[in-house]
Amino acid sequence: MKQYRVIGKSVPRKESWDKVSGRVKYIDDFQEVGTLHVKLLTSLYAHASIGKVDTDEAWKVPGVRMIVTGEDYPLLIGTTIKDRPLLAFDKVRYYGEPIAMVIADSEAIAIQAVSSIRVTYKVLPVVNSPVQAYQNDAPLVHEQVEQYQIDQDADGEGASGGIHPVPGTNIANRQGIRKGNIDRGFAQSDFIVEEIFSFNQSDHTAIETRCADVEIKKTGEVIIHSASQEPFEMKELISETFNIDEGKVQVHIPLVGGSFGAKTSVQLEPLAYVASKAVGGRRVRLRNSREEDIATSPVHIGLHAKVKMGCTKDGKLQAIKLHFLFDGGAYAERAIPVSKAAAYDCTGPYAIKNVWCDSLCMYTNHPYATDFRGFGRTEAAFGVERTIDIMANKLGMCPLEFRLKNAIQPGDTSPTQVLLNKSNLGDIRECLLQLKDLIDWDRGQRIDISDRIVRTKGISCAWKNGDPPPGVGAGAILTFNSDGSVNINSAAVEIGQGTKTVLTQMVAEKMKLSEDEVFIQMEVNTQMSPDNWETAASRTTFMSGNAVLRAVEDAIRQLKRTAAIILKVPVDELEVANKKVYKKTSPNISIDFSEIVYGFIFPDGKVAGTQVVGRGTYMIPGITDMDPVTGKGVQGPEWGVIAQAVEVEFDKRDNTFKLIRAVSVADAGTVLNYKGAETQVMGAMNMGLSFATREGFLYDDEGRVLTTQFRSYKVMHYGEQPEYIVRFIENPVKGAPFGSRGLGEHGIMGMPAAVANSLSLAANVSLQQLPLTPEFIWKTRLKAGEVY
Amino acid sequence: MNDELTLDINGEQRVATVRMADTLLDVLREKLDLTGAKRGCENGDCGSCTVLADGLPVKSCMMLAVDAIGKKLTTIEGLHDDPMQHAFIEKWAFQCGYCTSGFILNARALVNQYPDATDEIMEEWLSSNICRCTSYQEIREAVKSVLKEQRFNVGRPRSRNKR
Amino acid sequence: MLPFNFEYYRPSSINEAVELFEKLDQDGKKPIYLSGGTEITTLGRLNQIFTKAVIDVKGIPECNALDFKQNSVVVGAAHTLTQVWESKILPLLGEACVKIGDRTSRNQITLGGNLASQIIYREAVLPLLLSNSTFVVAGIDGIHQISVHKIFKEKLLLKRGEFLVQIKVNGKYRNKPFFIEKKRKSERVDYPLITIETLKIDRSIRLAISGLCAFPFRSYEMEKELNKTGISLEERIDKAVLRIPAPVISDIRGTSEYRIFVLRNTLLDALIDLEGVR
Repeated sequence: MKQYRVIGKSVPRKESWDKVSGRVKYIDDFQEVGTLHVKLLTSLYAHASIGKVDTDEAWKVPGVRMIVTGEDYPLLIGTTIKDRPLLAFDKVRYYGEPIAMVIADSEAIAIQAVSSIRVTYKVLPVVNSPVQAYQNDAPLVHEQVEQYQIDQDADGEGASGGIHPVPGTNIANRQGIRKGNIDRGFAQSDFIVEEIFSFNQSDHTAIETRCADVEIKKTGEVIIHSASQEPFEMKELISETFNIDEGKVQVHIPLVGGSFGAKTSVQLEPLAYVASKAVGGRRVRLRNSREEDIATSPVHIGLHAKVKMGCTKDGKLQAIKLHFLFDGGAYAERAIPVSKAAAYDCTGPYAIKNVWCDSLCMYTNHPYATDFRGFGRTEAAFGVERTIDIMANKLGMCPLEFRLKNAIQPGDTSPTQVLLNKSNLGDIRECLLQLKDLIDWDRGQRIDISDRIVRTKGISCAWKNGDPPPGVGAGAILTFNSDGSVNINSAAVEIGQGTKTVLTQMVAEKMKLSEDEVFIQMEVNTQMSPDNWETAASRTTFMSGNAVLRAVEDAIRQLKRTAAIILKVPVDELEVANKKVYKKTSPNISIDFSEIVYGFIFPDGKVAGTQVVGRGTYMIPGITDMDPVTGKGVQGPEWGVIAQAVEVEFDKRDNTFKLIRAVSVADAGTVLNYKGAETQVMGAMNMGLSFATREGFLYDDEGRVLTTQFRSYKVMHYGEQPEYIVRFIENPVKGAPFGSRGLGEHGIMGMPAAVANSLSLAANVSLQQLPLTPEFIWKTRLKAGEVY
Repeated sequence: MNDELTLDINGEQRVATVRMADTLLDVLREKLDLTGAKRGCENGDCGSCTVLADGLPVKSCMMLAVDAIGKKLTTIEGLHDDPMQHAFIEKWAFQCGYCTSGFILNARALVNQYPDATDEIMEEWLSSNICRCTSYQEIREAVKSVLKEQRFNVGRPRSRNKR
Repeated sequence: MLPFNFEYYRPSSINEAVELFEKLDQDGKKPIYLSGGTEITTLGRLNQIFTKAVIDVKGIPECNALDFKQNSVVVGAAHTLTQVWESKILPLLGEACVKIGDRTSRNQITLGGNLASQIIYREAVLPLLLSNSTFVVAGIDGIHQISVHKIFKEKLLLKRGEFLVQIKVNGKYRNKPFFIEKKRKSERVDYPLITIETLKIDRSIRLAISGLCAFPFRSYEMEKELNKTGISLEERIDKAVLRIPAPVISDIRGTSEYRIFVLRNTLLDALIDLEGVR
């Protein structure tokens, strides 16, 4: 394996000290005097037609500057399908949907005024689950879906291949996978299992709630400050929605306080734009309360999945048929891409010749869904990986051996019919083999500790390709300081994943500098930085990294060219290191960067070179559109793989459990920053366990979300986590920076299935619904006659 | 109705004009520019607004500013080169950093009060805060490393309840 | 961020407090007493509490009493839950307090605040019901000492203008064996599915429960069944469950059936613990 100096090292985050000393400024920490505050009036019903919106009392509150209602701006918006009103008019489609907004001198005044607005509703029958949405007689969430504008060239994650809502139904989109011959696959199978899995929507709950500031200058320039993963897509959307020249829209993104997919959708910014416009362009701030961040802003998708699997008696998988009904909620702009991506990688990392999948994104009267870490894979893997355990159990095979036997290999094809090789596919077999040792698999999958307590282990695999649509890329610019140190300008957003630091490591590695000599701009400003596709899909390091590496090459080329003139040495005999350009064969012949980065002047006034500015751009090659019916196409550059295990201790009397240990072995391609990678995966594992064991919205019969605070929407707290162990294997990817694979999402993907497999074994029942609360386990055992 | 009040923050007397209904968090952030305490839920549930009052962690979102008069307040801006800050960096105990001020202050108070803190006490204290990025294992390691370092540091004995 | 503003008063005596209340009430300011302030800040921001004046009782010496003399434990209502627990003055109470909320919140929530809470659990009352405590209440017509059983029925029944000053508990309860368990849906920081506290006096067991019904209670009926002799623990529990005094709640934390399942197991643990059998 290739040895690196800086790559792979646990270089602490560049912004570390700012973060531990309270100096980091997130958007809510910038307080510009004179900013007006916006508060949303949100719907009390999940489905209702709006009668009168009476603002008379609200206007009487001193300090109110303007009130805007849906009627004032009857606009439909969306990055893929334009199905979402900016502010609801005619009707509301989910509990918490914005109906009106108050712009006032302070947040307190705005809240007070909002609570004085009276709305008359006429309640409509609700669509309260994706299964209900799929019934022929279901009420329609959107009556005239055929009239919506669709951007078939939208360049958001997973958007490729078009969007096809079915008029007269609640189907927002249907993505198919047709590989091989499904009927023949089942005919060749000795064993067939068919099971149903489900979970409700849930939420990202990044601790920083979404927030946007907008002002409109006299010149018409729109200045947006926002906590977002998508500055460039936002710029485009604002420009096109409000018919503003794109150059006049400027987006600033400071450091972001966590996202996990939440901040990919553009929701508050257009509202804040309208609010600013309503008050003559003054700067306004629209910030979510926690309750709004959970119910009003987009959420993690829910799913009802039917999984049918066929297998020969010696344990070779022959066929898989999947029917996904995703709970996309009331609006589908980002839910559709998630549901499409779930189909592309639907099998998990197994070689199955006959694959059939229909992945439907359903409209319901629930909050609308957006990206969530794993982007469809976490969701699909829960059902598929549980079914694999059920199948292994039926065959009497060890679930780990069963997975090894069916593990996908170079030479196999993906569900999207891409031929796999050592580069575009991680090594899942090796991951499983290492996992087996780390979890002490051979000491037994189930161990009785006492009459009441049993310890069990469950495993799961997962894989993920990114889903950037064709034609997206990134750019980077390098500049130099007079001491020879380097500045990176890249518009990758720092959401806590550590991308910015990794980019400095790449430059330090390539230029043979110390990482302290490379600086990076933490904030993003769309006017200053070259375009960068959204910070999503675990593709940021891939694209921004490649752009940065090209910028390094460009800078080195310039440095050598200048040095060649001064040192009188041919360019190809020169090398760079330690802020010097030197002759390879006699390093004493050298010149410091500090002397040439701004150009060099000879005593006679002649000039060699000019200021060095490294420029690098990158576009992912080889991505194609995806066929909506068969799913054929190349959705991304490589599949990262992970094998995971969870050990639990289950109390058979109380049906409670403790998480004991969780292990992941991932193919990182090349580890870029060891602690960075390890803690990313550990954090994702924790989020996966939290999601699987505690989270999930509860709705009342009228479709209202009941869990809109941390008091009711429970996430994992300190002390409840198991011991985490993470290991990496390294099979580099061709064309990726230093051969690295996407890693930020993989840690979450197999966790729900692994813990469900473990608990199913412990409780001696098949657990097929999330979250795995003690009450749910108790009820399942009660039904199965396991307890009385 | 606005009133002027004086708060003892990070060893300084700070004067602010406030509404009586303002929370300590509102005043720290909006009147005193101490934005290290964050708004995560404003409901006492997430702990990202945690500050120390007379050495004890409190959630500044559910404390009236007027109630903080006479208390010695410490915010994250009041820590300088604290071993807990070093430990959080060394153990990678944060990612996005939004919950970090609250976690560090809570942990700081914990090791002051309980130099021999057991896992159980650490759990009791630190489950007052929510982190969504890390796995908590990193935070655990950070706090443990400070406890350990402190035990070796015989020159500075600390005992429980000594503030 | 409270959308409304209010006047803030911090009287230093009981008289001053009740007189202030009278006056502010007459002025139409809908005054409320507070001590920790955690409920006004969290419910107020959602417009679930409204007032134009608050009276903070923390500065009143009697509200900060904490002593054990003449065989009586006195705990001022303004003590935080953490202080009550750390004082170890009444373990029966301290252990109930330490199960409420999370540690940081317990540094702020006061005993009086929990007992007078708008939220249904009010778990600090469980030991006070079990120990037949006395509540010291101040109002415009003076200071009254009232049995917990008279003043706490489902919730704290204060008359307009009254506030809780202290609670008093007979010193004999300081070292009687008790059992307390809080069962949550799945998180360590959450409201209870159920919290039960049992106390053994001589040979008989007393029982108080929060979270099972829409209010905390002590049930003599259930106690009677649990104290029956000559039948198995399970039978005693079965009979006690039939005597639950009000409908068992179903909510986002658990269904009523599940709460009863959890109750049975927890009662079994309590009986085993207190009776030392099995």
